[in-house]
Amino acid sequence: MASQNRPLSPHLQVYKPQLTSVLSITHRATGIALAVGTLLLVCWLLAAATGESAFEDVQAFNGSWIGKLLLFGWSYALFYHMCNGLRHLFWDAGKGLELETAYMTGRLVVAASIVLTVGVWVWAYASMGAF
Amino acid sequence: MTAVALVPLLIWFVASICVMTGADYDAFRAWIATPLVSVLLVLLAIAVFHHAQLGLQVVIEDYVHTEWLKIASIALVKFAAIGLAVATVFSIVKIALG
Repeated sequence: MASQNRPLSPHLQVYKPQLTSVLSITHRATGIALAVGTLLLVCWLLAAATGESAFEDVQAFNGSWIGKLLLFGWSYALFYHMCNGLRHLFWDAGKGLELETAYMTGRLVVAASIVLTVGVWVWAYASMGAF
Repeated sequence: MTAVALVPLLIWFVASICVMTGADYDAFRAWIATPLVSVLLVLLAIAVFHHAQLGLQVVIEDYVHTEWLKIASIALVKFAAIGLAVATVFSIVKIALG
């Protein structure tokens, strides 16, 4: 039975973290975080369909510091997962699989996700007239 | 395939939210009720929940080795994805119809 504990080779204890492996597990982690965060998105739309006071309640949470922190984190997870997801789609097409290219595109993904997240938040605040 | 569809859909969605920031309840509902927006939001909802279900299934298969728990978890995720997708589509249609 798979559930009985058989000895496993050491992995996390012995392998030095590389850009490739760190980006890969982050892709998984952001995917899970996005799935959980989408629950808030559903609440938001359901509240909009329910009525003004329900909607105001959700908006109040979104505007609170914890709400904004969660939204910021969710938006970063979204851009990271999307950029790295595009990297994966290129790999599926057989492109960019060479080690140097994978490192270059990996750094590009990290940079792009930060730029996109900050850019989108600046845009949102600007359209509210904050600048 | 949902991965590919999600790229333009999400870019559109995030851009729309940025432009709409600070809009009040009625403006938000009016935007959702616009036919093109309603259709895109429904497509987004279906794509997101299908994609999330596929991804979570892979994660469960990788880490849960107790057979019955793995099956139950995957089933739970599938039902949740369908339930949430229906709730989201229903909300959009309700707002769109009025």
